[in-house]
Amino acid sequence: MKNLTSWAIIALTLTFLIGPFIIIIFAGASAGEALAFPPDGLSLRWYLKVFTIESFRQSFLLSMGLAIFGTIAALLLGIPAAYALNRYDLPGAETIRMVVASPIIVPGIIVGLALLRYLVIPLDFTVTLALFLAHTALVLPYAVRVVSSSLNNLRSDMEEAAVLLGCTRLQAFNKVVLPNIRGGVLAAFILGFVTSFNQVPVSLFLSGPGVRTLPIDMLSYMEITYDPSVAALSAVLAFMSLAIVFIAERLLGFSRYV
Amino acid sequence: MSDNFVSLSDLTLSYGQTVAVPNLNLDVVEGELIALLGPSGCGKTTTMRAIAGLLTPTSGTIAIDGRDVTRVAANKRGIGLVFQSYALFPHLTAFENVAFGLRLQKMPDAEVRERTEKGIATVSLAGFEKRKPAEMSGGQQQRLALARSLVMKPKVLLLDEPLSNLDARLRLEMRTELQRVQKKTGVTMVFVTHDQSEALALADRIVLMKDGKIEQLGTPHELYAEPATAFAAEFMGFENIFRVEGANLMSDTGQLPLGFTAKSPMLAWRPSGVQVGDGPFSGRVSASSYAGGHREYVIDTPIGQIKADASIETPEVPIGDTIAFGLPETTARPLAK
Repeated sequence: MKNLTSWAIIALTLTFLIGPFIIIIFAGASAGEALAFPPDGLSLRWYLKVFTIESFRQSFLLSMGLAIFGTIAALLLGIPAAYALNRYDLPGAETIRMVVASPIIVPGIIVGLALLRYLVIPLDFTVTLALFLAHTALVLPYAVRVVSSSLNNLRSDMEEAAVLLGCTRLQAFNKVVLPNIRGGVLAAFILGFVTSFNQVPVSLFLSGPGVRTLPIDMLSYMEITYDPSVAALSAVLAFMSLAIVFIAERLLGFSRYV
Repeated sequence: MSDNFVSLSDLTLSYGQTVAVPNLNLDVVEGELIALLGPSGCGKTTTMRAIAGLLTPTSGTIAIDGRDVTRVAANKRGIGLVFQSYALFPHLTAFENVAFGLRLQKMPDAEVRERTEKGIATVSLAGFEKRKPAEMSGGQQQRLALARSLVMKPKVLLLDEPLSNLDARLRLEMRTELQRVQKKTGVTMVFVTHDQSEALALADRIVLMKDGKIEQLGTPHELYAEPATAFAAEFMGFENIFRVEGANLMSDTGQLPLGFTAKSPMLAWRPSGVQVGDGPFSGRVSASSYAGGHREYVIDTPIGQIKADASIETPEVPIGDTIAFGLPETTARPLAK
């Protein structure tokens, strides 16, 4: 009986986790003209059509760029921040930690509205720049947190050993600290990339004419055209995320860091 | 040979507002193996970190080989340090760990290779070059850390609790190894330990520290046989230490007539120096344990518990029985405080 209950729970969990994914895969593979499940016959035409839609191509490139460069920027800020918080007894370290984590805590809608109201409108920032800054800020908490946990496992006397062997503090960081937190940095990058790529609420406020991230573009596409191509694209993106996580897990045991 | 190869003058070391070492003066002889001995918090590690340059003194100077290095950065002092945790670089092989410092000096590759291989051979690790530290035993890691410091030909080699992470058998092996390497390289070694037997066995001289000050400095034999203070005596295994007032031994619980005149304010006896089974006093046996060559008694007396070692030939006195004992003048060690 107990066994039966646990199987039931596992089955339900899997249904809710994977179910929507399967629905989307099949909805995208529909031969019909409208988004529907079960699909109206099977065909790959919508999967192929996705790649021909010009606006998807552009927003995909923008989202990719934001995810890659936003995450790199977040790591460039986040690694030193994590290091400082970890190694030095800073006054107000708790406050700094909370400020860094705030983009996770504050709802994205509010962050988006605030950035629009106080950066884009009064300071005349371009939408692309605002998006870049927003995505960097959103990814920063993940960068700091994942890199911090990596640094926690690294004893600080290793750096002192490097210094006594002739390194400057910076050389010690580059030659001893960085190689040993490489896994954490890569994990932070992947987590940040996925977070940024799938971001909707913040980007919603910061999309302008001709500048849309892919998720926003998909939303607006659906408002006009209710065909299965959005489902097909969703399925493609989901497979892309899966592939990234799978490779990361294979290469460095990604799950250890998250 | 310089008598003040490492010279600490009026050295004051603090962490924020807390003074860990006030006004320390110490000269280390070139080529000697000197131990900084004391309980945790006595300032021994702080002093070692200051010599290494990892801690900037509040005041005073540190000179090495006649040169004032007080303001010289840690990476320019030419000092080696073997950390208690070894602090090996986990991402590098044994070879690259040892070559690390040499490579920083932009030395030709052939020379790096030659010196590294020699260094690895010195600590008997030949054949382990390609291993990562995690694939080596504790003793091997220790020797690797030693080699990594030694290839830099440091003026002074500092060792932080070098034997504390090893098991008893390895400890003995490593002790011999350290002495052998020291004889071979002639490097001046300063090591920090809280273990008096380690200091006695290894060091040419021992600096016994308490509350950031030098309590006593001398050869192992001087410290062992002639501790000057109650603190030193306790550290060197004198377990029975009492105050002298007039013709009596005093403690918080009572007194015993001394039977001879003492000129010092305190007297101490090792358990082996207490006379058992015979003597002017009597006490009750509260514990008794067999220790191979002798039997260890704990005796309840008017001045508190006394620890006494009895010859194994004398008949055992059961716990609870009365036992006669004496505190003879011949084995008493006079203490200044």
